Amino acid sequence: MLDVYAPVAPLFILAILVGGIILILSRLMGPSKPHARKVATYESGMRPIGPAVRRLPVQFHRVGMLFILFDIEVIFFIPWALVFRDLGFYGLAVMGVFFYVLLIGLAYEWFAGGLEWEQ
Amino acid sequence: MEQLYIDLENYLGIGTDSVPEVVRLAIAVLVLGTIFLLAPILTIWVERKVAARFQNRIGPNRTGPYGLLQSFADVLKLIGKEQIMPAHADRIPFLFAPLLMVVSVIMITAVIPLMPNYIGADLSIGALYFVAIGSLSTIAVVMAGWGSNNKYALLGAFRTVAQLISYEIPLVFSLLVPVLFAGTMSMVGITQAQADLDYWYIFLAPASFLIFLFSNLAEIGRTPFDLLEAESELVAGYQIEYSAMPWGMFMLSEFLHAFLIGPLVAVLFLGGWDGPFAEDVPVLGVVYLVIKSMAVYFLGMWMRATLPRFRIDQLMEFNWKFLVPLSIANLLIASFLWELFPEPAGGGLVDNFPRFIVMGGSSLFTLMVGLEFLRRKSVEDRERIARLIDEKNYPLATADQTGVAGD
Repeated sequence: MLDVYAPVAPLFILAILVGGIILILSRLMGPSKPHARKVATYESGMRPIGPAVRRLPVQFHRVGMLFILFDIEVIFFIPWALVFRDLGFYGLAVMGVFFYVLLIGLAYEWFAGGLEWEQ
Repeated sequence: MEQLYIDLENYLGIGTDSVPEVVRLAIAVLVLGTIFLLAPILTIWVERKVAARFQNRIGPNRTGPYGLLQSFADVLKLIGKEQIMPAHADRIPFLFAPLLMVVSVIMITAVIPLMPNYIGADLSIGALYFVAIGSLSTIAVVMAGWGSNNKYALLGAFRTVAQLISYEIPLVFSLLVPVLFAGTMSMVGITQAQADLDYWYIFLAPASFLIFLFSNLAEIGRTPFDLLEAESELVAGYQIEYSAMPWGMFMLSEFLHAFLIGPLVAVLFLGGWDGPFAEDVPVLGVVYLVIKSMAVYFLGMWMRATLPRFRIDQLMEFNWKFLVPLSIANLLIASFLWELFPEPAGGGLVDNFPRFIVMGGSSLFTLMVGLEFLRRKSVEDRERIARLIDEKNYPLATADQTGVAGD
């Protein structure tokens, strides 16, 4: 049964080989004369101020939470879509309830302001 | 995979008994990989030419006939450039990010059915594989942004992740519509279902097609969704500290990914290799697939040339308040109507015509309703901003509003 996955492995090896060879070739062919100004972090021509790794703006965190919630729900839809033709109206009704709960959640989030980028 | 062997035997004259299986597998994969690795070089040329025409320019025309060799010249130049490792960079993520990006994109090519009986791997979860492996590039972007030790790069990486994971939701919801129609996730199965029916799923779900296209454009980060690069604010986003071929690999995988969106959309909604005589003459299938892919790709280029970039809040609201509800509604409506109007036996364009009207019509109607909401929202926003300008007396406003700017 896993036989169908057989071509994925050589393709993976091919991809790594191609990528690796290109990178190494570029390293070998290109010059390498680093000096302090060249390797300095780019910050529009100024000397970098403070560390580059800073706090994460909270909006991105919220988007991540939203994504996790929805992604789990999406995963439940995939098997349903696959067997949808066999389940017929029964499957539709059951999934309708799930849809309803999902939409309630989305609507609540919307009106609570969870979808606004800036509060 | 057996199908691929059979084709190879036919086309290349490799006997089943004379060569061990590993070699045949390797050759088959090599053929597939080479086709797709050479594709972006041509696509970049097409893209540059078309973009030039949109901007009333000629585009590359010096290197080789019609500038066809321009991309090769670029690759050669990039190989000869210096690789710079920025100070204080996190070496391992920084070095491996381009590699991961290229690997993730090349591995996608395994599930694209080029013609009848020619596919790398006919996985039962083909469409899911495409989306899952394709979004591995998110991790590469985070690695690049984090490893560079650069504020612009890190901010670009944050934005990219937010954008990619947000647009994954409408992407999968609209991907489920053809899956639901065909009853399978295999790319071969979906194509075959459309070929057997003699019509394409775009007629049944035009709105899902558009949502899928948009979320894919966001997924590959093309204008108007190119916030990950955003030249005017983040300089180059996550790839700012990269030079020479590592940078070239980011560009290569971006173009390859953009190109691969074409076959994916074509397989799911436009019937893949399906077309007149495609099943008798398999090579025609490739031609049809390439034509359809390039048509989809052209849509992307057109949008890229026409639309300005989104702001990050607009981007997020466009996704969560427009695409997500719309894609959920479309999935619901499509599944309900599919049950209500069962498929006539045998398929065919004429027998299915009422279904096109009902299902396609309701799909488009939902889209129209959504667009109307969007329009009202944007009018409201514009008026709000105009009021703000009025109240605060910004000199930005026109002369008759403030009486200042005209002097």
